[in-house]
Amino acid sequence: MSTATDHLRPEPDEVDLRQPGLPPVARLATLTLALVVAGGIWMAAHYGHHATLVPAVALAVAGGLVLLVNVALLWRIPSFAWDVFFRVFGWALLAYLVIAGILEYVFIFDHTPSPQLTLFSVMLALFAVNVPMLLAFSVARYQPVPG
Amino acid sequence: MADTAVTETAVAESAVMETVVAETTGADRAVGVGAGAPDPGASPPEAQGGPPPPLEFSIVPVRGLPIVAVLLIGLIVAIGTNNLWALTFFHVGGGGLWTSIDLFLGLIIGPILGRLSIPARVEFTVRFMPKMLLIMPTLVAMTLGAGFQLARHLGNLDANYPHHGWLVASYIIVGVMAVIALGLLEPANLAVLFELKKPRPNGERIGRLMKIFVYTAGITGIMQIATILIMTFLASR
Repeated sequence: MSTATDHLRPEPDEVDLRQPGLPPVARLATLTLALVVAGGIWMAAHYGHHATLVPAVALAVAGGLVLLVNVALLWRIPSFAWDVFFRVFGWALLAYLVIAGILEYVFIFDHTPSPQLTLFSVMLALFAVNVPMLLAFSVARYQPVPG
Repeated sequence: MADTAVTETAVAESAVMETVVAETTGADRAVGVGAGAPDPGASPPEAQGGPPPPLEFSIVPVRGLPIVAVLLIGLIVAIGTNNLWALTFFHVGGGGLWTSIDLFLGLIIGPILGRLSIPARVEFTVRFMPKMLLIMPTLVAMTLGAGFQLARHLGNLDANYPHHGWLVASYIIVGVMAVIALGLLEPANLAVLFELKKPRPNGERIGRLMKIFVYTAGITGIMQIATILIMTFLASR
């Protein structure tokens, strides 16, 4: 058996030539998450009384746009471990739909007014799609590309 | 000068990590041919022969899923019945465990892990990380779901609540923690597990991702202290 010192050599990710060429999917997904969370904080802080929804709508729209740009960038990656991506995405989507479903249940159960409920639902949908995409990309980017 | 020394140490440690990961998976026998297409980021071949068997472990511990299901059903029942004790149990119990695990991981386990031998780190990671994949999202769902309902039940969500500002401050802290946990911590957790599943895991990559995991757990743990301060303040009013 070889010893550890026999193999002392740098093998950083920089030698993985795929990494620098990948679009900033993880960063954009984190930005989407931050926008959705900020919108959720605004909504929760003004829950139960009449306050303008404009900031929350703006944050949700911005989060949705960043998500769309991110999906487009992801789709354009020429060579990617899509099998791993969709496997992780599918299971993570199931898990986050359960979490988002529980939160949606709370809002419906509490008779949240329609405008707020709609906005909460949109934000939860963005959350439930964005996080699995981030997780799937974070795994698939390091996987060998078939073929 | 110090930076160079640190870099050299990190490079050497990464290489050792990589080698030991390979040895743990039996890669000292052969690393020439991967099961799929070559991974540019993986360790180079050391010898001729077939691929080593990947580490045997489950990324999602299936045996833990029924426990998660029971807890989530309990949470839904607690919300549905608006039972004060059940909501307090899920919120305080979940939040306490979430905080404790974050602090324990970031401030106690993290530094110990950094001083363990590399094979011990790999052994620990393989057994520990899959469990975290189930535990943390469950605790977060319990704490936040029950917490929102509890606050509504007690009238704390009302803007007229005298300490509403403190509650909003706690939302902001939890929001920042959620972005850190979901944006950095959990992707690192999952990426480490998939890397360890490879016939030839990249030790440098695992080391880097584990650092992200431990540091972000520590940061969220410290932020949890602020949450505890606010929550105990509100509970005592």
